[in-house]
Amino acid sequence: MSQATETLTAPVSQSGSRSQSYAFALLLLLMVLAPFVAYPVFVMKVLCFALFACAFNLLIGYVGLLSFGHALFFGWASYATAHAAKVWGLTPELAILFGGLVAGGLGLVTGLLAIRRQGIYFAMITLALAQMMFFFALQAPFTHGEDGIQAVPRGRLFGIVDLSGDMAMYALVLAIFVGCFLLISRIIHSPFGEVLKAIRENETRAISLGYRTERYKLVAFVLSATLAGIAGGTKALVFGLASLTDVHWTMSGEVVLMVLVGGLGTVFGPVVGAFVIIAMQNYLAGFGQWVTVIQGVIFVVCVIAFRRGVIGELANLLRIRL
Amino acid sequence: MFEIFGIPSNALFSQLLIGLINGSFYALLSLGLAVIFGMLNIINFSHGAQYMMGAFVAYLLLQYSGLNYWWALIVAPILVGLTGVLIERLLLQWLYKLDHLYGLLLTFGLALIIEGVFRNYFGASGLPYQVPDALRGGTNLGFMFLPNYRAWVIFISLVVCFGTWFVIERTKLGSNLRAATENPTLVRAFGINVPRMITLTYGFGVALAALAGVMAAPIYNVSPQMGADLIIVVFAVVVIGGMGSIMGAIVTGFGLGVVEGLTKVFFPEASNTVIFVIMAIVLLIRPAGLFGRGT
Repeated sequence: MSQATETLTAPVSQSGSRSQSYAFALLLLLMVLAPFVAYPVFVMKVLCFALFACAFNLLIGYVGLLSFGHALFFGWASYATAHAAKVWGLTPELAILFGGLVAGGLGLVTGLLAIRRQGIYFAMITLALAQMMFFFALQAPFTHGEDGIQAVPRGRLFGIVDLSGDMAMYALVLAIFVGCFLLISRIIHSPFGEVLKAIRENETRAISLGYRTERYKLVAFVLSATLAGIAGGTKALVFGLASLTDVHWTMSGEVVLMVLVGGLGTVFGPVVGAFVIIAMQNYLAGFGQWVTVIQGVIFVVCVIAFRRGVIGELANLLRIRL
Repeated sequence: MFEIFGIPSNALFSQLLIGLINGSFYALLSLGLAVIFGMLNIINFSHGAQYMMGAFVAYLLLQYSGLNYWWALIVAPILVGLTGVLIERLLLQWLYKLDHLYGLLLTFGLALIIEGVFRNYFGASGLPYQVPDALRGGTNLGFMFLPNYRAWVIFISLVVCFGTWFVIERTKLGSNLRAATENPTLVRAFGINVPRMITLTYGFGVALAALAGVMAAPIYNVSPQMGADLIIVVFAVVVIGGMGSIMGAIVTGFGLGVVEGLTKVFFPEASNTVIFVIMAIVLLIRPAGLFGRGT
């Protein structure tokens, strides 16, 4: 009973990265076409959450650490970006960067505490720390409590390009997403990423091989937090709003669900998962509270019968790596 | 009237009392989590939802079948415990061979379902539940006024906590249980039905949560989200105490309740966060938790 015989990720076949390149080209094409077919703000929301999910997946899929408090980074970065853009009047790119840095700093502190324990304890600690920061967000004056920071201006990119039009904003969001996505896939395929996977598979063995696994885990945690922060900051600019919803534990649960649905430890899974969940929330909004129940049911079904997720199953079926 | 550190003594004592009450719930809930974790290696995320179910069963029993608080104390834990048995048989039993984290994810999903369903039918606002007649009023202790119901809650939760401790640490049944935790295969070889023991353990842990819910109903209102935020605090309590020992869970639960109560007196702004701050400090000094063994 104490031995875990299946790790949190789907096993992948070894066939090369060509399938991933094709899949990436397809994804890029879809994303360039998407705003002409669907409502641009909806697609931007999907992209922000897809980036959030990819950042989260970097941690759970490749290091095997389940953080149940990622809303902490997403939400606080969206506050930081909104504050920087509205009160300090920073340009959007600097505001988002600031949000990412704030999230990275929070990630460093949280990570230092949380990596002192493993497995289930890690999840509980991140959840508890995120809840603590939720109460700070509720009480701190600059977050405006229940109201949140409203009417955040999108501003002018580099002080030149006006972003108030949805298409201009979409171009920026797409650029941020693609940049971060490529960064994540670079991290995964780097020697550093290989060490992370070794830690996921067998941490004791990685230690015996001389790796200081705590440092690797901490760096991965900070990277993941920073990228989640960039996603949160971008979202704050898209909607002109930073609110308590983004720091609440339900948001942490949602990102877990996205990655679980898409496929843990797959490159493209989080993107698909984010699309599925956001689309579901949009189209089922009329059902009110039942959306929570449906999400709960999806959790249960995924854990019992569908642990590879959409992309994991597809990759397994086609015997390729996605 | 006298003062302690510039705080009127009855304010101090009444916050201490509230602290002890909260501590009773922390102790009961973290005890249930520890019992379940010991046997199933699963962190029961739906514990808060099951605590809420206990309160709701008490409320519904009173509304629709006229069964009062005393009946609810017995019936609610049994009913909710049975749903726990069902959950274990239908869902959880398929997860024992997988990574422990899947158990957390599944029970998180269950919590969303249960809380969502109750919110749909009963709305988000709290429903009142009367203190039973026999426990109305209070006793004047000279230095403070002690409401009878609150004294009752502390008393019962102490009895249940130490009863559980006694059964697990001092009886034959408990020694079987502890043995099955250490090595289920070997215990099975002795002819003990381990899978049934696991099922009943989960049912018992869930019943403890429901019992806490019934006791909480007259103090806090009965509402669908009453367990959601509480369970996160209880997780912090569990991280601080470590899940290795039953006694550890009880002592940490009551202790942190008192600390939280005192914080309300001396530094009210921090009363929401003090337990999380203590968790951070404990992680820095003693990562395994105050009573924990290993990771």
